[in-house]
Amino acid sequence: MIGKNSLFGPIDPAVESGYSDPPARKGFFTDTSVCIGCKACEVACKEWNAIPDDGFDFLGMSYDNTGALGASTWRHVAFIEQPAGRRDGGSSAPVDLGMPSIRTSDGDTAAEEDGKPDFRWLMSSDVCKHCTHAACLDVCPTGSLFRTEFGTVVVQDDICNGCGYCVPACPYGVIERRKGPEGAKNVGIAQKCTLCYDRLGAGMTPACAQACPTESIQFGDVDELRRRAEERLEKLHADGVQEARLYGHDPNDGVGGAGAFFLLLDEPEVYGLPPDPVVTTRDLPRMFNRATAAAVTLFAGAVLSFLGRRR
Amino acid sequence: MTELKRPEQDARRRGRGRRRKRDGEQSMVPEAEFTSYYGRPIVKPAPWEADIPAYMFFGGLAAGSSMLAAGGDLTERPTLRRVGRVASLLSLTVTLVTLIHDLGRPSRFLNMLRTMKLTSPMSVGTWILSAYGPFAGLAAVSELVDMLPEGNRRGVLRLASALGKPAGMVAAVTAPPVAAYTAVLLADTATPSWHEAYRELPFVFVGSAAAAAGGLGLLAVPPEEAGPARRMAVGGAVLEMAAEQQMERSMGITAEPLHQGTAGRLMRASKALTALGAVGALLSGRSRLAGIVSGAALITGSVCTRFGIFHAGQESAKDPRYTVVPQRERLDRGQPIRYED
Repeated sequence: MIGKNSLFGPIDPAVESGYSDPPARKGFFTDTSVCIGCKACEVACKEWNAIPDDGFDFLGMSYDNTGALGASTWRHVAFIEQPAGRRDGGSSAPVDLGMPSIRTSDGDTAAEEDGKPDFRWLMSSDVCKHCTHAACLDVCPTGSLFRTEFGTVVVQDDICNGCGYCVPACPYGVIERRKGPEGAKNVGIAQKCTLCYDRLGAGMTPACAQACPTESIQFGDVDELRRRAEERLEKLHADGVQEARLYGHDPNDGVGGAGAFFLLLDEPEVYGLPPDPVVTTRDLPRMFNRATAAAVTLFAGAVLSFLGRRR
Repeated sequence: MTELKRPEQDARRRGRGRRRKRDGEQSMVPEAEFTSYYGRPIVKPAPWEADIPAYMFFGGLAAGSSMLAAGGDLTERPTLRRVGRVASLLSLTVTLVTLIHDLGRPSRFLNMLRTMKLTSPMSVGTWILSAYGPFAGLAAVSELVDMLPEGNRRGVLRLASALGKPAGMVAAVTAPPVAAYTAVLLADTATPSWHEAYRELPFVFVGSAAAAAGGLGLLAVPPEEAGPARRMAVGGAVLEMAAEQQMERSMGITAEPLHQGTAGRLMRASKALTALGAVGALLSGRSRLAGIVSGAALITGSVCTRFGIFHAGQESAKDPRYTVVPQRERLDRGQPIRYED
């Protein structure tokens, strides 16, 4: 059924999709402030989901040779080596917690005069957002993409015919049609994170969260994760990390809130995330009206062409 | 060895002060500074190739031709009717081939028909085509049957011949959505230069369809029967060009790709050919040669429109600028898109 908030606004996605008594919505809270860039999540995801390789390229981007999420990359760790001057929200100087400083091999402190390192690492493990209003799912013409009872979005690879429509629909550039390698499974079919639907069904934690050594990736009920995220944000702000912010946690945002949301230490675009993403189907009723008006115009024009002079 | 980059340096280098080469045309929007992750794209371009713009062109041509054929049938212009019916069947065949060829798993094409989803323009479009196609096909088959010598039209053939007229009428009524829905197909994505065009793109596309079909009528039908085709061609060309102008004004920064590179060349060619074809159509009068030249210009112009808009969208997806800048500007204005009850 099409309800008031079917295309935009806060809803429970599983109930909206017709589950009468679904389990609590599941998701990820990725706290990038404790990510150490170990890529255990990338590896665990690849191993558990038997994802083929997608090329071994040297990208020249810090320690990131994965590049972006894609058909064969369902977790992607971004690395940003950021000079101190770039630091956002820098008005609040970090509090000196008396931690050991970074030293180079010859014993000098790798820092500027004030004793602070002259750069910081930003590391963040990106993943499918499992949007409340998922454009990929909305535009899929075959019904291959579907909403699970956990409120997540999953591709049924035996139904997808590889039309590719979900690929440009995603406001985060997550889902992709698998190009190769030749002989790998599901080539030509759209692929993305399933939030380990198989593990969830068995009451297990998704592989990436299970493997994360610092609990940067937290798995759980979305409601609970949102609470935890708010607490963590308050704690960081109290500690003087004013640049900390949540991303994707708000049920009133452009995608109705993400099932997988983040705590970031800089603007989203620094991590390759869109700063204010909106589900494209929010505008679908207006698109439909405009197209109907255009079709009527075309028909009327054709009729008019046959009126008047006979030649 | 790849050069090691820092994201912020990269973004600044791209963002600040420098005007891009844009094939002689200057954008009205100043370059905005923005940050990105090593200049990498955020949204992904559609994995579609020439099939899809070709599909949109032939879909429009089929739709316009079916309407010309029905009008020709009702107003006793037999050549116009014949050309329209045959053109719509040929175009329809090409659309089916391109549609299937573009799939990652062409053998699963029929999965398109396992559900009907109003939120998916591709699903709706498939059903629109499924409604239109059989009637357009039947009308064309009856046309071909009528070309047979009188004595050979028996049984099923006779039935097909008799059904030509009603089938052609149904095809003409179901044709306009075929021409219009492809605009929603492109607009209902996160591809910046497609989505931001959603208000005017349907009008650009139906105008382009009318110009192409009218152009084909001018090209293939003798002047004494081509009056309606001429009027449809001119009306379509005017609508397309006016809607396109309005579209560019409403798109903000995402109009830029329509002026750059391959897309820019195609859009300029489209405008020149469409204008030339429309003027030629108006002036061609009873000259067959002028009709042929004008018709060919209009058809080529329509092809250029579809490919130009297609390429502009793909380029807008590959450059994070078109994703980040409009969103960042919303945030900086304090107007993020939020649900308000």
